Amino acid sequence: MQRTKTYWKSTEELENKEGFIEQQEKEFPEKIPVDEFLGDESLNDSSTSRRDFLKFLGFSVGAATLAACEGPVNKAVPYLNKPEEITPGVANWYASTYIDGRDYCSVLVKTREGRPIHVEGNTLSAVTQGAVNARVQGSVLPLYDSGRYKAPSTAGEETSWSKVDGDIGAKLDKIRGNGGTVRVLSSSLASCSTRAAIHEFLNSFQSADNAGSEGEEVAVDAKHIIYDAVSSYGIRKANAASFGKDVVPSYHFEKARTIVSVGADFLSNWVAPIQSMHQYGESRKVGQEMSMHIQFEANLSLTGSNADTRIPVKPSQYGAILANIYNEIATLKTRPQIPAAQVSGEMISSIIATASQLLQNEGKSILVTGSNNPDHQIIANGINSMLDNYGNTIDLDNPNLTLQSDDAAVGELIADMNAGKVDALLLYNVNPAYSLPNAEEFKSGLKKVGTSISFAGSPDETVALVNHVCPDHHYLEAWNDANPTPGHYSLGQPTIAPLGKTRQAQDSLLLWAGVTASYQDFIKKYWKENVFTKQTTSLTFTSFWNQCLHDGVVGVAAGTDDDAIVENGGGEDETVNSLMSAAVAVQGETAEGDWELQLYEKTGIGDGTHANNPWLQELPDPVSKVCWDNYLTMNPDEMKDRGFNTVLGQVQEADLVEITANGVKQTLPVYPQYGQTKGTLGLALGYGRTAAGKTGNGIGQNAYSMCSFNEQLHYQVGNVSVSGSVGKYQIATTQTHHTMMGREPVRATTLEEFMGDPKAGNPDVTIASSDHKQMKAEELNLWQDFDRPGHHWGMSIDLNACIGCGACVIGCGSENNVSVVGKDEVARSREMQWIRIDRYYSSDTDKHGSLNLQEIPSTSENLEVSFQPIMCQHCNHAPCETVCPVAATTHSNDGLNQMAYNRCVGTKFCLNNCPYKVRRFNWFSYQNDNKFANVNPAQDDMGRMVLNPDVVVRSRGVMEKCSMCIQRIQAGKLTAKKEGRKIVDGEFQTACASACPTHAITFGDKNNPESQVSKNEADPRSYFLLEELDVQPTVNYMIKVRNKDIV
Amino acid sequence: MSNVISHIREPLVLGDRTVHDVTVDVAKSVEGKANKWWWICFGVAVIAALWGVLCITYTIAVGIGSWGVNKTVGWAWDITNFVWWIGIGHAGTLISAVLLLFRQKWRMAINRSAEAMTIFAVMMAGLFPLLHMGRPWLAFYSLPLPNQFGELWVNFNSPLIWDVFAISTYLTVSIVFWYLGLIPDFAMIRDRARVSGNKLYDNVYGLLSFGWSGKVRDWARFEEVSLVLAGLATPLVFSVHSIVSMDFAAGIVPGWHTTIFPPYFVLGALFSGFAMVLTLTIIMRKVMNLENYITIRHVESMNFIIILTGSLVGSAYITELFISWYSGVEYEQYAFINRATGPYYWAYTIMMTCNVLSPQLFWFKKIRNSFIISFVMSIFINIGMWFERFVIIVTSLHRDYLPSSWTMFHPTFVDIGIFVGTIGIFFTLFLLFARVFPVIAQAETKSILKEGGSQYYGNGSNATPVKEDGVTEEPGESEDGEDSEENNTDNEQ
Repeated sequence: MQRTKTYWKSTEELENKEGFIEQQEKEFPEKIPVDEFLGDESLNDSSTSRRDFLKFLGFSVGAATLAACEGPVNKAVPYLNKPEEITPGVANWYASTYIDGRDYCSVLVKTREGRPIHVEGNTLSAVTQGAVNARVQGSVLPLYDSGRYKAPSTAGEETSWSKVDGDIGAKLDKIRGNGGTVRVLSSSLASCSTRAAIHEFLNSFQSADNAGSEGEEVAVDAKHIIYDAVSSYGIRKANAASFGKDVVPSYHFEKARTIVSVGADFLSNWVAPIQSMHQYGESRKVGQEMSMHIQFEANLSLTGSNADTRIPVKPSQYGAILANIYNEIATLKTRPQIPAAQVSGEMISSIIATASQLLQNEGKSILVTGSNNPDHQIIANGINSMLDNYGNTIDLDNPNLTLQSDDAAVGELIADMNAGKVDALLLYNVNPAYSLPNAEEFKSGLKKVGTSISFAGSPDETVALVNHVCPDHHYLEAWNDANPTPGHYSLGQPTIAPLGKTRQAQDSLLLWAGVTASYQDFIKKYWKENVFTKQTTSLTFTSFWNQCLHDGVVGVAAGTDDDAIVENGGGEDETVNSLMSAAVAVQGETAEGDWELQLYEKTGIGDGTHANNPWLQELPDPVSKVCWDNYLTMNPDEMKDRGFNTVLGQVQEADLVEITANGVKQTLPVYPQYGQTKGTLGLALGYGRTAAGKTGNGIGQNAYSMCSFNEQLHYQVGNVSVSGSVGKYQIATTQTHHTMMGREPVRATTLEEFMGDPKAGNPDVTIASSDHKQMKAEELNLWQDFDRPGHHWGMSIDLNACIGCGACVIGCGSENNVSVVGKDEVARSREMQWIRIDRYYSSDTDKHGSLNLQEIPSTSENLEVSFQPIMCQHCNHAPCETVCPVAATTHSNDGLNQMAYNRCVGTKFCLNNCPYKVRRFNWFSYQNDNKFANVNPAQDDMGRMVLNPDVVVRSRGVMEKCSMCIQRIQAGKLTAKKEGRKIVDGEFQTACASACPTHAITFGDKNNPESQVSKNEADPRSYFLLEELDVQPTVNYMIKVRNKDIV
Repeated sequence: MSNVISHIREPLVLGDRTVHDVTVDVAKSVEGKANKWWWICFGVAVIAALWGVLCITYTIAVGIGSWGVNKTVGWAWDITNFVWWIGIGHAGTLISAVLLLFRQKWRMAINRSAEAMTIFAVMMAGLFPLLHMGRPWLAFYSLPLPNQFGELWVNFNSPLIWDVFAISTYLTVSIVFWYLGLIPDFAMIRDRARVSGNKLYDNVYGLLSFGWSGKVRDWARFEEVSLVLAGLATPLVFSVHSIVSMDFAAGIVPGWHTTIFPPYFVLGALFSGFAMVLTLTIIMRKVMNLENYITIRHVESMNFIIILTGSLVGSAYITELFISWYSGVEYEQYAFINRATGPYYWAYTIMMTCNVLSPQLFWFKKIRNSFIISFVMSIFINIGMWFERFVIIVTSLHRDYLPSSWTMFHPTFVDIGIFVGTIGIFFTLFLLFARVFPVIAQAETKSILKEGGSQYYGNGSNATPVKEDGVTEEPGESEDGEDSEENNTDNEQ
């Protein structure tokens, strides 16, 4: 029998009481006092339901969560109205001109989405021929320096342009009214229009409007004085004395078959290095016509390390050597001799040999000297004119117009300033408070100047002392032009709108001069009047101007009316007289003291203007391979005698010494420099900046203070004393081993040997096979070969052409967003540069004669220097590829060894297994880590703008290396494809190849038998680095040929 | 299980232990309280471990730039430590597997701890390949996982991938083998806990022992599986370090690219592994009061293996030198000249002294029969073997083909901290193991007791226990015991 169970909760329910039924329907037995806890009556009227509330709650929580989860969002905002010329992802190139004091270069600027990101040489320029140097390559970075001035300032306070213009205008008008002295102090100006603008400015003080209140002329003494930190005044003075032409001539090394340099580092910084590098490369082409280069010098300079014969001498001997060379040639040519000091017997034999070499190539030789002493230059002029070099290798008629410094005038200016005579001083592109040896004198004088105005675009040592700062544009924001030599003009156009509220200095000058035209119009006018009229190709100025803008350069008939050339008298007698008096003066020069100091400029930093550019700071010095410092270079033998550390490394620090020169005492580390003349020291200028910016401050010591300044600036100092070790100091070098250890990564031969047998210095490498046959390494194969039907990208590096300048290193870094890592990391052997230039010293000692392969005869005349650019060799049997566990590095079908960064986990096996050690690891997050805040430009928003958007910025923990500029290859392939044609050889280049001023690096398709790389590979000079490992590198090297059989 | 006791053979367990005594001795470390020495060791180990964890955290946070490695020397302490720890991890499997197959009864007292050592050492070793990666969070890329990229596989040509397989296999088999041996011992503790009424131990060890019943059927299967696993593990002993050696041998770096590496590395691994077993067992013997189980016989047997492997390693070093000269390859030749005379000559000297010369001392019976000297020697060998790996890795890399890239490696505090830290973690784990797991394979050890025959054969001098009740003694006093033990062995002669 079934029974239904009854369940009840309470007696009320069981009994089914009245009231319970009522309650049962309600959720809560009692009324909940909602009103009480909500309180607000108005809520009752609210229509918000619980449902709504939950919706809002859900939305808010969701939104808040999403907002909190937001990762770093980089917005790519599309153009609302796309500018016609900008296609995102497609680079625009503009021709422009790099002008920085003495440096001039016609360039092409690569812009992406309106941002200039890379600079290359303009091959249309007949002057620079597409060559660039490291500073030009690196010049795009300062544009994005967040330390640049963003507005004008008065007495250190930021202000507006109208205010500044008002203030300055009033002050200048006062001078116009009351008379006074106005000085414009600028660096050498390659720009003809700038010179004209300054002229205009100065003329505004002379005009009739300036008549005083009583109608009589008020004398305003307005002058333009040109000052270069590293001056070439001596050359001008000498040419004025010798030939009556107050100019620096144009040197043509490409026409020379004998090149003799007495202390001139013409490949690095002397006179016109960019042009010289290219010319030198031309003259060094292997063959019967190859030039011979003899260098007498104290420091082992970049130029000296390229010389066929290098003779270490003291700076005090330069004059004697020149005079003796003169006499040697004069004897052979039966001309009268000049008084000359005695030199040692060994030296005289070198001099005789040098003289006979010069004479052998009469009219095709060149002798240059780096001294700023006019007497030395006069003797050099004498030698060159005896050798009939003028008009051949040295051009006085078409001189170098970019060098105009006048040391004497600078001296006068400082005297005037201290005498309180200067009412207004305008400083354009100069930093005398830093770079003058008598900077203190200048500073005290500056305080007495009525109005001082600086056009500095970024902070420097002088700016702190001036009344007004009217920041100039970066050259990529500005209009400009250059007239490097008569008949050659180069136009500079802005490639980006000014990033800050800066104004072009020329505009300011024109404005203050009362000229209403902008500088752009001013240039146009100048060109219309001075350039357009000399040319014959274009009919209208508009078409001429457009063509010039497009090409960037134009060559016209050289006029003689240029204002930069000052001629005064100068007859045969005067020439002889000046030579004799110079020789007498030189004869009196004697070595002074134990030590002589030769100051020099580094290839990267130069005179120090760009000390705040981390790319240049991290560029290893081509010879010493040191980054981020200046130091005393001393001969290692002498260092050992004094107990200084000659082996530098991560924990082996350099010794600090106190050096006293010209009464200035400084503490500097000593670097063992092989090839340094005994008894001499070298020290680089351009360091020790104190107000350059966060990157450049406090690096090294200021060596300008050690220069002497009597009539002209001198960069050789006698009577230097050096203390013993006073401490230890870490020097960061990228290379700590200096010999090839009996190996032959760089193969070399002599020209004589090469002409006899082109394979003499370059024997085939064979290895023994398992059945004891000697075979070429590439014939042995562990792998299955596969076809490369399309392209096979390759590279060829001519070691004979490479001068080691380092332009490629900066070019590569700029193109490929290579991280700057700073001194500490470099010292830990962790530099990131994808291309490096190995530098080896060698001497003629028998390879097996000495067990100690590291031994270098440090002062040996046989010391030879070899440069070898090394980037990823893109091995066809790449040892890195087989060992990567995750296949992050693989081979492309067009022969490239590739990195897939986002696949890389960073085991570093590839790095270990790379015989060339070209792989670079991201040890830190260089873009974020605080350690790199001062050095890595990608750490701030401005600096990031320089990054090439085609190349990813590698994250921490990822291996990277040279990609052979795959982004350029890809772009080039696409262009050809779109145009439905085959790729033309040389149509696109890697960044290093296009940066190379001597065309040492060639890039191309090895599958194309007509390409230059294929031809180079077939050349008898061709070899592969570490060929015997059978890694089958793609990059082939061409052996170095030294033209030495004498001296 | 043979229980034959021979006149001639010395007993493997001293002190006249009965089967029950063994149970008590082994269970004591699990059931009882830790002594002072344990706490001291543990404290030191934990401090080192924490320091290591700190350094590891720093590395992961900042990047391996915090180490001393650079563009030329891509591996240094990381891989040195890795190979060192892997090498240490070798003896465990050799003792448990190879010696099992060879019926070496003396292994029974030490195989458990040797296996534990193996596992912890391999864990420590495994840490380094992870840490040395630039992006350790992507370590799983090195596994052949299916992924959205279709055909994107790992690179099977890379020795690092072989490593991944070799080490993970080795670790797995070692753990299984170790655990299998532990089952009867866990059951023993479970049973004791059940009797004493310790619920926690009953449950935990009950779970761990997988319901071991001790029936003949269980034992039979246990034996079979042990044999099968031993058969499986034996080739692993040789494969793991052979494959680790290929990380170098498959490279083209002079000093790495050597066909002798696989046997050379295996021998080196056994050499260092036994040294570490010596170190550990000599400590454990003291700290855990196991004087009766780990006797001088064990030490001597291990010393024999050390002489053998040490000499073989020494001849490998000499062979390497010879071959580098004989090859006629200047890079090879220089690599070895540089090892011996270059800036890292001191590392080479330490390696040669510790690994080649010091084990030769064991030819003297007095020396190999001394606990103290054996202990000191084992430390020397551990140091020497660390330097062997350092020499191979760093001195080969720092000067390879192009002199322009030559540089030096200098460790940072993080490098040192992580290494010290792994030693700390290792000892922390090992000491915890010693407190929680039966440190001696008691079930097996019981099979080698002389108990059964003693009344017939008489104990004579060789069975004289040092202390009748060493069980209850404080470890501090046991020094006397060691001396008397040595005297004891002397008496035998």
